[in-house]
Amino acid sequence: MSNQARFNDQRGLLLRAVRPYGEAAVDVRILDGTIAEIGADLAPADDETVIDGGGAVLLPGLVDLHVHLREPGREDAETVRTGSEAAALGGFTAVFAMPNTDPTADTAGVVEQVFRLGEQTGLVDVHPIGAVTVGRAGLQLAELGAMADSVARVRVFSDDGACVSDPALMRRALEYVKAFDGVIAQHAEEPRLTVGAQLNEGVVSARLGLTGWPAAAEEAIIARDTLLAAHVDSRLHVCHVSTAGSVDIIRAAKAKGWQVSAEVTPHHLLLTDDLAEDYDPVFKVNPPLRTASDIAALRAGLADGTIDCVATDHAPHSSEDKESEWGSASPGMLGLQTALSVVIETMVETGALDWRGVADRMSAAPARIGRLADQGRPIAIGSPANLVLVDDTAHWTVDRAALASKSRNTPYEGRTLPGRVVATFLRGTATVLDGKLVAGQVAGASR
Amino acid sequence: MSVSIGRHLLSSQDLNNETAVALLDTAARLDAAMTGREVKKLPTLRGRTVVNLFYEDSTRTRTSFELAAKRLSADVVNFSAKGSSVSKGESLKDTALTLQAMGSDAVVIRHHLSGAPRRLATWIEGSVINAGDGTHEHPTQALLDAFTMRRRLRDGEGDLKGLRVVVVGDVLHSRVARSNVRLLRTLGAEVVLVAPPTLLPVGVAEWPCEVSYDLDSALPGADVVMMLRVQRERMTASYFPSAREYSRRYGLDAARLAKCEEHTLVMHPGPMNRGMEISAEVADDPRRSVITEQVTNGVSVRMAVLYMLLSGEGVANE
Amino acid sequence: MPAQSHSASQIDLQAPKTVLSAEDMARVLDRIAHQILEKTRGGDGVVLMGIPTRGTFLAQRLADRVATFAGVRVGLGAIDITMYRDDLRSQAFRPLAETREPAGGLDGKLVILVDDVLFSGRTVRAALDAIADLGRPRAVQLAVLVDRGHRELPIRADYVGKNLPTSVQQQVKVRMLERDGSDAVTIVGPAEFEEGHGE
Ligand SMILES: [Zn+2]
Repeated sequence: MSNQARFNDQRGLLLRAVRPYGEAAVDVRILDGTIAEIGADLAPADDETVIDGGGAVLLPGLVDLHVHLREPGREDAETVRTGSEAAALGGFTAVFAMPNTDPTADTAGVVEQVFRLGEQTGLVDVHPIGAVTVGRAGLQLAELGAMADSVARVRVFSDDGACVSDPALMRRALEYVKAFDGVIAQHAEEPRLTVGAQLNEGVVSARLGLTGWPAAAEEAIIARDTLLAAHVDSRLHVCHVSTAGSVDIIRAAKAKGWQVSAEVTPHHLLLTDDLAEDYDPVFKVNPPLRTASDIAALRAGLADGTIDCVATDHAPHSSEDKESEWGSASPGMLGLQTALSVVIETMVETGALDWRGVADRMSAAPARIGRLADQGRPIAIGSPANLVLVDDTAHWTVDRAALASKSRNTPYEGRTLPGRVVATFLRGTATVLDGKLVAGQVAGASR
Repeated sequence: MSVSIGRHLLSSQDLNNETAVALLDTAARLDAAMTGREVKKLPTLRGRTVVNLFYEDSTRTRTSFELAAKRLSADVVNFSAKGSSVSKGESLKDTALTLQAMGSDAVVIRHHLSGAPRRLATWIEGSVINAGDGTHEHPTQALLDAFTMRRRLRDGEGDLKGLRVVVVGDVLHSRVARSNVRLLRTLGAEVVLVAPPTLLPVGVAEWPCEVSYDLDSALPGADVVMMLRVQRERMTASYFPSAREYSRRYGLDAARLAKCEEHTLVMHPGPMNRGMEISAEVADDPRRSVITEQVTNGVSVRMAVLYMLLSGEGVANE
Repeated sequence: MPAQSHSASQIDLQAPKTVLSAEDMARVLDRIAHQILEKTRGGDGVVLMGIPTRGTFLAQRLADRVATFAGVRVGLGAIDITMYRDDLRSQAFRPLAETREPAGGLDGKLVILVDDVLFSGRTVRAALDAIADLGRPRAVQLAVLVDRGHRELPIRADYVGKNLPTSVQQQVKVRMLERDGSDAVTIVGPAEFEEGHGE
């Protein structure tokens, strides 16, 4: 690619030799932020920027239903800007920002603040998730309608980090959001079963003397919530499914036709609890890393659609919160810049998903769950040009110092992963080119 | 296999049979050397600094390490959670960097969180000795228990092959149990864990030991009965219904002890809850109870550990 | 041991040379026993303290000879010097040997330290410290089977079985029946070999 100087020219963009969904190479013309033409050997128009894809895979821009951008409140760990940069570099064009900020995103005011910060940054669409309860305290419904009606048009609500554990409150929340087609995204964790929990309860936690986080604490809530969602005929989304048992419960709920969707994180598709052996909190996450058999079930569930999508649960933490004893460290891992590579390693290279499958699980499905009309659209004439170009033959080695996030807590440090994001386009504008943030974009957004 | 130890002692797993036996042999030699001599001090660690970094109160363990280090002529610095920077919210990492700057050769750490010693070991160059971390391990306690068993039941030589050790009580929260199960297995003993199912970790089936819920059936044939401390607070979290019921089902009293062999030893890592897991009569039984001897042996064992870890820095210890 | 700089084939080329045979060793020990009796006026108040491992055997043999020659039972003990060494940092873990004080202790006694090879003098230095922690002898003397030179400390032996000029690179090996199946002192070298003081 050599036309970086002119990429920002909104007049036109021609992607040459790209393979939509990893299929036959074509040229794709983008005009006014929309896919205008797809075909072999398209002739460049005057003033058109030409980008040679070199046979790279073209996918719809990725959508992440679950990120923590830490702003407002913990700007030392991440900001909307740095999180957006990490997202764009990871191939994302839209992210949903969890409300566990300080103050909590439980009012129209805070969600609008986050939404505007996202707009100003302009690298990805930032959709705030609203808290289900005031202060995420699990006691009283937040003003869900006000958030839905705000500029941010919130449709996804979650107390993530905490579980809406009161069954009556959960039922009311599920019912209430029907008025504006909302969805409750539940962090499924029965709190009474996870007091002091540090690691998946099993052989490893027993050996390491770390308080166990039983699979049943997740599964019990998911089972309950699917019943509640069915009862009130509302939409339930299950965050970061981590156990084989959860996959079974969700599969059964879907078989009954209930409106249940679910996500899995890249780390739960790849990493196991024995990584805690050295007590390095970079592997501490909630829900915790599980076992190889859980991983197998999660991959199978993602492949067969029981689990609808991949969401990163990108959770930046400052070094003070991570370079400590395991028990006092904050749970969470970076995920935005490594997500696609981990999915390629765990799902594509294993044959569990083809590129159309990846496009569905990382773009179309999350956009549908989050009710985004302009994201996750197929690569077709007339679709918004939210796209990501992936060199599927490349490998890269994760270097935490080189990541865009303000924090360094990647569990993949030093790992070599397949697939490299070459370029990301948000409504026809390149946010990433040659694997690097587009300078003009960053500068232009800092007003 | 041969005698081989890394820079740290973080877990009983760090010790193979030969190394554990060599440590016990060394402790026995040191014990003999120190007994009845005028100068209770060896010059071995002259000019070396041993730091006691205690985030939990444990006068007994700290004193034992302090005596061990001083008897080897090391300079000892006590950093306790009270009255030092440790209490002012300084992170373990910052404390580690301070200790590193002080040039400490060994840090003895007691911490309420599992794995803290392993983390510390990644931040400092000197040796780290785990003096008890959370609900994880307490390897020098296991060594002194093994030392006591070997002295009483194996003439102070070799390993513990064929010994049957019944460990009773709150295994779930016990670092002593974890360290003992591993070390005793390494030394060839058979271990039986006895506890109510609530006080055994999920995953205990993978441990190299037998597990039983019934104390009475486990006692016959035991060479050693080791009683673990059970905190009364556990009953408020419903691990068991009441202290009385616990004591009836899992406490060691004279009647139960009578079912044991003539030679069966009673051990307890302390501090004891008399009347809860152990009756006063059993704890004070001069013939069976070796509980005070365990404390005495602690110093020699910790001297041996310090000596072994601080031998040959920069030399492969093999 | 520090890594040796030679290759295995060089060892084979350099056959060990016997400097004391079993008969030589017996004769030398006879002589030292006589010298001890002579210098200590019949072994009065003498305690032989062997430095493990082979020094302990040598002390035992000397005590037996003194008994045979003069009908005197001198005190006999062993003193492990491992914890008194000054090279802890550079040496891998060494197991401890037994320290045995004779009945009656060391106070006021004439202690004769017994070792197989006298080289740098550091072992003897450590032994002197160890003796000082055990008691207060009237005097301390030193008996060695072989003095190979190269002292690093102002220490000399009172009784020497054989003075053996060596190069630093050479290795002096003492074999004793009690441990090695036969008696002999051999020397391996020259040049590149690291010192391996028998202990
Ligand atoms: Zn969560």
